[in-house]
Amino acid sequence: MKIDLTDTTSSKINKALVRGRRAIGTPAVGMVLTLVIVTDEENAYDALKAAGDASREHPSRLLVVIRRVSRTLRDRTSSRLDAEVRVGADAGTGETVVLRLYGEVADHAQSVVLPLLLPDAPVVVWWPVNAPLDPAQDPLGALAQRRVTDTYTSEQPVRELSARAQAYTPGDTDLSWTRITPWRSMLAAALDQVTCEVRAVEVEGEESNPSCELLAMWLADRLDVPVKRSQSAGPGLTAVRMETSCGPIALDRADGRLATLSIHGQPERAVALKRRDTAELIAEELRRLDPDDTYASALRFGVEKLNAPPAPPTPAAAAKKPLAVPVPKEDAAK
Amino acid sequence: MAPLPVTGANPLRDPADRRLPRIAGPSGLVIFGVTGDLSRKKLMPAVYDLANRGLLPPGFSLVGFARRDWEHEDFAQVVHDAVKEHARTPFREEVWQQLLQGMRFVQGTFDDDEAFERLRGTIEELDKAQGTGGNFAFYLSVPPRSFPVVIQQLKKHGLADQTSGSWRRAVIEKPFGHDLRSAEQLNKVVHEVFAPDQVFRIDHYLGKETVQNILALRFANTMFEPIWNRSFVDHVQITMAEDIGIGGRAGYYDGIGAARDVIQNHLLQLLALTAMEEPASFDADALAAEKTKVLGAVKLPKDLGRSTVRGQYAAGWQGGEKVIGYLEEEGIDKQSKTDTYAAIKLGIDNRRWAGVPFYLRTGKRLGRRVTEIAVVFQRAPHSPFDTSATEELGQNAIVIRVQPDEGVTVRFGSKVPGTSMEIRDVSMDFAYGESFTESSPEAYERLILDVLLGDSNLFPRTEEVELSWEILDPIEQYWDKHGRPAQYPSGTWGPTEADEMLARDGRSWRRP
Repeated sequence: MKIDLTDTTSSKINKALVRGRRAIGTPAVGMVLTLVIVTDEENAYDALKAAGDASREHPSRLLVVIRRVSRTLRDRTSSRLDAEVRVGADAGTGETVVLRLYGEVADHAQSVVLPLLLPDAPVVVWWPVNAPLDPAQDPLGALAQRRVTDTYTSEQPVRELSARAQAYTPGDTDLSWTRITPWRSMLAAALDQVTCEVRAVEVEGEESNPSCELLAMWLADRLDVPVKRSQSAGPGLTAVRMETSCGPIALDRADGRLATLSIHGQPERAVALKRRDTAELIAEELRRLDPDDTYASALRFGVEKLNAPPAPPTPAAAAKKPLAVPVPKEDAAK
Repeated sequence: MAPLPVTGANPLRDPADRRLPRIAGPSGLVIFGVTGDLSRKKLMPAVYDLANRGLLPPGFSLVGFARRDWEHEDFAQVVHDAVKEHARTPFREEVWQQLLQGMRFVQGTFDDDEAFERLRGTIEELDKAQGTGGNFAFYLSVPPRSFPVVIQQLKKHGLADQTSGSWRRAVIEKPFGHDLRSAEQLNKVVHEVFAPDQVFRIDHYLGKETVQNILALRFANTMFEPIWNRSFVDHVQITMAEDIGIGGRAGYYDGIGAARDVIQNHLLQLLALTAMEEPASFDADALAAEKTKVLGAVKLPKDLGRSTVRGQYAAGWQGGEKVIGYLEEEGIDKQSKTDTYAAIKLGIDNRRWAGVPFYLRTGKRLGRRVTEIAVVFQRAPHSPFDTSATEELGQNAIVIRVQPDEGVTVRFGSKVPGTSMEIRDVSMDFAYGESFTESSPEAYERLILDVLLGDSNLFPRTEEVELSWEILDPIEQYWDKHGRPAQYPSGTWGPTEADEMLARDGRSWRRP
């Protein structure tokens, strides 16, 4: 069921939600969280579709906040809120409200969203594109326990990673980090099988894919060894190679689907390591709503400390002194 | 629920890193009786689903052992078909390719020494080719009479020997014997070869999310535990009903019956989880200690004739289908006294539960397939409303729906809208499917993973099995000597004797 409301208010939207629920005969539902998607018109469809798929695992109220661009002075001075309320079969397993904000109200989106949050249930804000530099300080981000950004969609992903590290507040997370969970899990499993010391690591992948940097930083942070970041044509991450005291260990994925794990002295093994779609990423992200300390620690390691010998540190990085991790020795990676 | 396994000092493992799943170490699974129904419908799909969720180690190997004259490829094809048909998660070629590399088949019978030598050779080959590190679990999906011979063969051919840090585990399915004596014998046979902590008894009920949720419901919340005792609870009903008959299982079922097949394991385990005290921690030892304690406190009623009922389904209509009675089933003796329905009343002798009856019932060809635990509360000691207002008010209840439609229902009274005061029962419902994933893992997935991880939380132990038989044996002996099972029409909720049994206590069965 779909109800269209033009030039409306949050309280009218709430009434429409109740009306919609009554009409389809389910007066109460077990929604577990509110997911606020902040996006532009261009990305709204894909984001909503991914969130709708994820809502099969986490029934939720989806609030899609779309800020409309005002091109004329008249548009900018007037202010209007349009809403599209979907319940039942049109909204997956939860409820969806698409909010379109015109003019001045676009700067006060939190006033529209606040009354529409589910009581008690946690709030997650997701910016599929154009995430604010400091998500926790953003008026919408401030409403949420968890703030999901996606560095991969930015113009300069690696620089944005440094900014994220600076602004990190518990509850922040990034889909570039979510993307590498299977890699991290497989690398941890590989080290379960041997008892040797890792001496150096190389992470290889697409140039503009911040997941490579995050994986490299995580490895550097956990293993306390120099990590080299090298580039390939992709897709995504293509390989992680570790030099260990008992020979090389490599996880190679050339085609984005099936990887090969080779451990020195052991047979090569095929490992399924498919690149996942956004719905799966969001579903994983919604599974845990507590701060992700491992992400924080990896992020704070600092992009600039990868790849010894390092480039001259950026002023931003110099200002920040993260965790007490020794700087990798130069040339040790070679 | 359990922390990540920390093997050695892997710097990439961190308990705070909760995204990393519990992934099993290098290992393989050998299934005996791999051509059976259970293997095709549950085990193979569960293995695939685990692989698909990325929870199996690289190089995980699956070995089938059966009499069929198959090549590895034939076996792989059978697994492929089983996975396509029964797996919970979508089929993905790359996951299949990963599994395929470690798939082997060994042809032979259980008394064939050569076949077990070949099995040993296969395992050694897999250690080299797949890096399984000598860690293997043997899943005995075989008839109980074959247990001893398979176990002995494993011992004879050195397959049960754990060398230098590797493990060998045995997984066995119910029935764990048919009375206390046979259970003890079976335990002796198994423990001669495998250490007690390497033996995993599968009770697939314990792998179900809803059953694990009993513990979460009781011990993670504050609002249930204070009333979870004799001061508030009137009685507890635990039901497991099936709508099917015995199907083709006449050979197994006749002489065993519903009580041994279901009450001894599933229902007594559910009773233990419902009634036990809070464990000191959520590890296997602490859980087993509490379960053993409460099972040890179970008391049989004095008059077994009046507080137990057994029945056999008679011909009738079940869900719009005409069905035959138990005694007319193929392969069943016309004089058979085997029970297809059993209801018993138990008490628990401790401070928390003294005087609260636990009614357990199970049966085949009942109204519908359902398993639930209903904790029924006492009526309010005093009601300010007059009797006409509360005429339709029943007793409050918390119902844990184990399957299907997993969830929890709370029943309580509420005012009917209108000018007069009238109070009627309403239910408040929590459905798993609504608040959590559509894809909660199958019980077998969880249990197989736990076996590979060596996590024995969800597996009944020797003492629990033996205590359960101590509860059931006197009842079975009484039934052997007295009377015959009552007949009940298929598609109903059991014999009228069972209703009378509760009526004598002034209670009635819930319609689940």
